[in-house]
Amino acid sequence: MQTLRLMLLTKEPPLADSKLSEATPAEATETVTEHTVEHGTTTGISNNKLLMWAFLGSECLLFGALISTYLLYKERFNDFAANLAPFEQDGRNIGPRFGGEDGEGVFDIPFTSISSFILLGSSLTMVLALSAIRRSEYRSFRIWTLTTAALGSVFIAGQIYEFTEFVEKGLGYSTNIFGSAFFTLTGFHGVHVSIGIVMLLATYIMHKQGRLNSDKAETVEIVGLYWHFVDVVWILIFTIVYLFPQ
Amino acid sequence: MAITEDRPLALEAGAVTKVAARPLGALTRPQSDVGWASWFTTVDHKKIGIMYGVGSLFFFLFGGVEALMIRIQLAAPDGQFLSESLYNQVFTMHGVTMVFLVIMPMAAAFANYLLPLQVGARDVAFPRLNAFSFWCWLAGAIFLNTSWFLGGAPAGGWFAYAPNTSVTFAPGSGMDFYAIGLQIVGIASLVSAINLIVTVLNMRAPGMSLLKMPVLTWMLLVTQFLLLFAVPVITIALFLLTFDRSFGANFFNVEQGGSPLLWQHLFWIFGHPEVYILILPAFGIISEVIPTFSRKPIFGYPFMVGSGIAIGFMGWGVWAHHMFVSGVGEISVAAFSLSTMFIAVPTGVKILNWLATMWGGRLRFNTPMLFACGVIAMFTIGGLSGVTHAVAPSDTQQTDTYYIVAHFHYVIFGGSLLGMFSGFYFWWPKVFGYKLSEKWGKINFWLMLIGFNMTFGPMHVLGLQGMARRHQSYAKEDGFGFWNGIVSAGAFVIAFGTLAFLINIWLSARSAKRNPVEVGPDPWDARSLEWSTASPTPVHNFDVEPTVEFQDDWWHRKWGENEEGKIVRKAYPADIAQDGSATDVHLPSPSYWPLVLSLSLPVIGYSVIYTFWLMIPAGALFLAGFLGWALEPADDPEAAHGHADHGHDDDHDADASADAADEGASVG
Amino acid sequence: MTDTAVDAAVDAHDDHHPSDLFYLKIAAILALFTAFEVGTYFVEDSVPRWFLFLSLTVLMIIKFVMVAAYFMHLKYDTPWFRYLFIGGLVLAIGVYTIFFLAFDLFGLG
Repeated sequence: MQTLRLMLLTKEPPLADSKLSEATPAEATETVTEHTVEHGTTTGISNNKLLMWAFLGSECLLFGALISTYLLYKERFNDFAANLAPFEQDGRNIGPRFGGEDGEGVFDIPFTSISSFILLGSSLTMVLALSAIRRSEYRSFRIWTLTTAALGSVFIAGQIYEFTEFVEKGLGYSTNIFGSAFFTLTGFHGVHVSIGIVMLLATYIMHKQGRLNSDKAETVEIVGLYWHFVDVVWILIFTIVYLFPQ
Repeated sequence: MAITEDRPLALEAGAVTKVAARPLGALTRPQSDVGWASWFTTVDHKKIGIMYGVGSLFFFLFGGVEALMIRIQLAAPDGQFLSESLYNQVFTMHGVTMVFLVIMPMAAAFANYLLPLQVGARDVAFPRLNAFSFWCWLAGAIFLNTSWFLGGAPAGGWFAYAPNTSVTFAPGSGMDFYAIGLQIVGIASLVSAINLIVTVLNMRAPGMSLLKMPVLTWMLLVTQFLLLFAVPVITIALFLLTFDRSFGANFFNVEQGGSPLLWQHLFWIFGHPEVYILILPAFGIISEVIPTFSRKPIFGYPFMVGSGIAIGFMGWGVWAHHMFVSGVGEISVAAFSLSTMFIAVPTGVKILNWLATMWGGRLRFNTPMLFACGVIAMFTIGGLSGVTHAVAPSDTQQTDTYYIVAHFHYVIFGGSLLGMFSGFYFWWPKVFGYKLSEKWGKINFWLMLIGFNMTFGPMHVLGLQGMARRHQSYAKEDGFGFWNGIVSAGAFVIAFGTLAFLINIWLSARSAKRNPVEVGPDPWDARSLEWSTASPTPVHNFDVEPTVEFQDDWWHRKWGENEEGKIVRKAYPADIAQDGSATDVHLPSPSYWPLVLSLSLPVIGYSVIYTFWLMIPAGALFLAGFLGWALEPADDPEAAHGHADHGHDDDHDADASADAADEGASVG
Repeated sequence: MTDTAVDAAVDAHDDHHPSDLFYLKIAAILALFTAFEVGTYFVEDSVPRWFLFLSLTVLMIIKFVMVAAYFMHLKYDTPWFRYLFIGGLVLAIGVYTIFFLAFDLFGLG
């Protein structure tokens, strides 16, 4: 009986159907609590997954602050650069898609587009990895996990290349407020991707050591949540930073 | 930062505790939970709570001494006690200390100790993360205060307006200590917030639905949500400041078009929820104290909870009232003025509910109750002067005067701190097994209350007379001398009140040692679950996991209605409380690694300020702590494997290290 | 509860994990939308600015929602995750919109 009740707990509570998903948190809890046994959690959700979602909720405010700072400073930079003499010697008017009056900016949209496709693709390989480990297909799990990490690394390599290009074109971190805001926002995202790569490799190593298999697929799922979050942040950054017209 | 461990802590009584020695290189896993060394490795939420309490009281004395220095300087016109530079450092550190190193950790002390007990759990969801939060906070606090010896403390005011805090205007490293120190303290808050949110949502005892939780649990939960969402904003603000100061970014470089208002907005987007982070725990505490000492259930429980949530929610839409004179534009001023007035409504609801709880109750004025009444009265005064700030024209007059200083001390000292003292007296017997002396408690209360009003009452007058805050001295002709004298005298009365508290602890502890008196599980005839177990709380909290039927369940087990509808006693606490004698409860094992990991953070801080080479020891510490954490099973695996027939859900016990490894990677 | 009921419940649970083909379809749609987005860059001069902003924003939101709903399972998982994540998201959008309004970034005042 204990086993049965625990199985009940592990299933996601039937909250996806319309009636319950509209229920208030308190009501929803009541429903689940009836099944709670000593070993389960009140909501039936694993602690780790709840932790990750809470963390991601918090990250919304973090990236919100960075994106807002960027938008504000791009706007201010446009006003600021408009008042500078063309071809400022210290390059203070080098901006996203234009610099002073020479019409050339730092952005290389086709290049960044490829990076975006790569990161988007890594989200697909991530779900495939999760799906594989759930079905105990360990070989494809290993392939997809490594592919995801590799795609992430290519993205980071692209970002490093892009940053060096920008610096060569004259836009450094201290050049102007656009530079500071741009490098800070994309840099924070890059650090997040890098951490994600470390997490993926850790997952891979643990699997190799035999410490991670299909009954711990949740660990992969949690890493995946983080990875997809980093991807959605890039969806925002790509449009807001790169694609919005000047 | 997320390092997780997954382990259902609501362990069955009967699960066998096995202690296995696990050598990890030179270090063996700590096993002992007694003795002084155990405090460094403990993951017990109660011990961590006590350490938060001790730490915050220590910094309370520290910040209090800073306050006294300010008051000595200002006691008479043309004070000579502190130089201008030192005065700036002292008032800045007084503010930073009292907000981040006193009130917040004091609330964390109550949250850590009481949240698991009040929801009927054996520990928090992630005990090692909890230990990490504490050590991280302590590391940040000490890091911040080492600035005193390393070229001077931060001197830019507690809200550190840029560009006044840029390298040009604040050339020393004081502001670096501010930015990085608060960053470390912020990590502690964020980790602890996530941990406690998961604990409250996921680890409630059977039957304890959200709307049966005690009001304190609710208020602490709202506080943790505020921290969860507010900390990242200050994190970014502090990063921008650090990047400006250390790496030549232009965020607050006005010459390049940087905006000083950016800092102000980001700081106060965090800062205003922070105000509620400071006050809501105290609201929660007195919502436990007042019903107990009125012998009535809390009046309007749903409204009490709802208004707390409403305050937490509305607290996000009022931040720019700190910036009415910053040139944010008249539309902003009008909008924020309006929203600020609205937030007075849920606060008013709370005050009315406390009064209605007391109305017709059989009141006992023990020390906790006195402090709680003090909170209601003092916070109301502070709330009313707050409404005068919501009125923008009046605020324009009052900004940066002592009127503001008076206002926020009435809410933070008169509200938060008196509330915390109420909590100290209330839960002292639960934590330490003896009551604090009522006589000294009353001396403590009256000295503090009188001293508090002497200190901060006249500041209203001084502010309206035009005395500006943060000025190192004033001239005799200004005519501020008389009230400033009273204020300074009042500050010393508060100091004596604090001394009375310390004497009280000392005397009460001594007499409890000399002739121990059994306080019993429930000395106050209280209402929530923590009183249903022995005092002091046994290490495993509950012998048997409680099952909850009602809101105020413990009270309902003691009292019931007879046929005529009169309240009659059903049982005595001593007969129905758990005696804490269970010996077979399996508990999380202590760990060194949270401490080691947290020690790396201040070293990273010094590295950013001084030399990159320090990154090597910092990195080593970080890696050691991190790997040690990841490789160490969160819990003794043998014990967890005792019931393999429970299906795969159970295996998380042993899996903790695996999870820690990859989650931990998001530390950043 | 009978064994059959439990089995049914477990089966229902398994149904919440979409097939790989489904994920491929989602990814294909996402790639298509991204291609549209990139395409706007090349026709920038011949399309009204407001239309560019509007279509780019709409595409961005659709992509965001799709990744969150399907790849992150937000659509199928317990509502608690939605409360936490959407709570943070809505709060962030609200707070930073007010922030922009205060800076008059939309040029309204």
